[in-house]
Amino acid sequence: MPQKSMKVGLFVPCYIDQFYPNVGIHTLQLLEKLGVEVEVPPNQNCCGQPLANSGMERNTIKICSHFIQLFKDYDAVVSPSGSCVLQIKEHVPKELHDENYSKLKNNIYELTEFISDVLKIDSLRGSFTHRVGLHQSCHGLRGLRNAKSSELAGEPFAKAEKLLYSIKGVKLVELDRTDECCGFGGTFSVFEEGVSVQMGKDRIKDHESHGAEIITATDMSCLMHLEGLIKRNKQPIRIMHIAEILNTAMK
Amino acid sequence: MSHAEASDIFLKNADRAQWHDQALWFVRQKRDLQKGHIPEWEQLRNHASAIKEHTLSQLDHYLKEFEKNALQNGIKIHWATDAQEHNEIVRGILKKAKIQKLVKSKSMLTEECHLNTYLEKHGIKVIESDLGERILQLDHQEPSHIVMPAIHMKRREVGELFEKELSTEPGNDDPQYLTNAARNSLRGHFVKAEAAMTGVNFGIAETGGFVVCTNEGNADMGVHHAKIHIASMGIEKLIPKKDHLAIYIRLLARSATGQPITTYTSHFQKPEKGKEIHVVIVDNGRSEHLGKKEFWTALKCIRCGACMNTCPVYRRSGGHSYNYTIPGPIGSILTPRIDMNKHADLPFASSLCGSCSDVCPVKINIHEQLYQWRQEVTAQGKISWEKEALLKITSRVLANPRLFQRAGKMARFVLKHAPRFLVYHRLNPWGKAREMPTPPDQSFQEWYNKNRRNT
Repeated sequence: MPQKSMKVGLFVPCYIDQFYPNVGIHTLQLLEKLGVEVEVPPNQNCCGQPLANSGMERNTIKICSHFIQLFKDYDAVVSPSGSCVLQIKEHVPKELHDENYSKLKNNIYELTEFISDVLKIDSLRGSFTHRVGLHQSCHGLRGLRNAKSSELAGEPFAKAEKLLYSIKGVKLVELDRTDECCGFGGTFSVFEEGVSVQMGKDRIKDHESHGAEIITATDMSCLMHLEGLIKRNKQPIRIMHIAEILNTAMK
Repeated sequence: MSHAEASDIFLKNADRAQWHDQALWFVRQKRDLQKGHIPEWEQLRNHASAIKEHTLSQLDHYLKEFEKNALQNGIKIHWATDAQEHNEIVRGILKKAKIQKLVKSKSMLTEECHLNTYLEKHGIKVIESDLGERILQLDHQEPSHIVMPAIHMKRREVGELFEKELSTEPGNDDPQYLTNAARNSLRGHFVKAEAAMTGVNFGIAETGGFVVCTNEGNADMGVHHAKIHIASMGIEKLIPKKDHLAIYIRLLARSATGQPITTYTSHFQKPEKGKEIHVVIVDNGRSEHLGKKEFWTALKCIRCGACMNTCPVYRRSGGHSYNYTIPGPIGSILTPRIDMNKHADLPFASSLCGSCSDVCPVKINIHEQLYQWRQEVTAQGKISWEKEALLKITSRVLANPRLFQRAGKMARFVLKHAPRFLVYHRLNPWGKAREMPTPPDQSFQEWYNKNRRNT
């Protein structure tokens, strides 16, 4: 459980804010159920990733400086997106590297990372009776190291997986390729549309062939891409952000 | 042709693309299995990386040490600033010995220098002796992978090619049969070869010797018959000591093909009596690369190809889509330095998933360098004006929370009410094969302000 005095700020990334508000709501409710007092600073916006990953990091100074101002005073900042968290940790322009940024950089967490590492919770009480496929979003996996990637040697660990496992009724399906990229990749999804789409289709097939009813992930962007394909191809599988599963399970 | 366009062509043949993906994924799985057998795997990677970084940071010292020791062993050393000089040196050696034919084992450096084209133009016949390279030479193609150069070809196509070129039985595409046919046709060339050429996997400064790793034994076969052995070596191939070699030998084949070791690991120390060994040490832009703060560690590469096998983009776009000798993730961080105009799109041919960096046996931060190259590409104005304009508008909207909320609201409204043809058209690449997200009635912030703020 968090210390009572801990000031936690929630960052709801721009595309989640606009297109998947429920993911923000589930994240907020889940954190509250876990005893965290959450603040949502107004006028939050974007982490700058769409530009930085397209080679325009230098054009993100205004965006990132706004972000730092908004979140600098929190003891912890939580976001339902590993990718945006990694962006703040690694790709904020050098011009903004000051004390505030150093503090923020070390205090910003992806949701399941926060639950595991800060709240020190690795088991949740709840029930959710479904066959679930966990898509390992790359930036949470190989960037934030929230799980061991299949390329590396060593003892396996997986923060999101552990939380899902603890929910009664969740049957996690095994995949042929445990952590292959879904092909979203930000602007990659439109600049390299063909490969991106093929990567997404292959991921869905892997989940589908192992009987997953739901594909979940710690990043909504991967799921947005997969959902776009699932809907277009009318496939009998749906997507749910991990916050939605955990929060629903705990009701 | 851009990488994206070339990929679309590759993906049009869905069966082949799927087979290519699965074939290379199979190699990645073999690699994973081998990694599992070595408890100290990550330690090996750390050592391999540290030794290479040390060597590269004092490369002038180690190059001189290598030269001194090699000369003492009776090896002849040549220095080539660029590809042209490299090719002229090779031709010069052959000319002096009045040799008209060269048997080659696989060398990506000679591919980089386009040596074959150059020599053939000057009347010297070149025979590639690595099976994959031989197939490509007979078919007038470029390699699509640095370890499995003909991985993009199916055995039926090799059968048809051999039927035409080596008079094999029509319709017979049995791999054993075809390999034998290639072997028999090469045997004559080996026996009569007067000069043989190899690449270099590792040059050892301490001994002045070098090591060539192959699976087919073709390098040795060529070298042992010929009186002249020419080895091309990039300046980055050095390691300081013989003792360091074991680290790389343990990593190389496991990473490359999932074998514990290459079938042949051949050490060359000094020429046999009456024979010559020449080492051509090639820069060709490497020292310029070494001077780049963000990018110099790319020179640690030991050319195992693991980043290609693991790359979800490479597997689905094929090596030729990269339009350079070294394709895939490592190629994409080497090529922008070589020709920014030609290869500006390669740093973008990645989803930045980071699998390449985790698989790399010498721990090159490939995906971070791809990110850095993207910054360079746009700084040098090498992206299309449409993309740049789009990104600049995005930047303005995202920097202004009120504008962003208004734009978001408008986008949701349009998505909800506009007829399909206004949303799904050729200017919307997202919508070509994917649906747009279903627009909700309110954004998270609208919900929060209504339900939570000031209550």
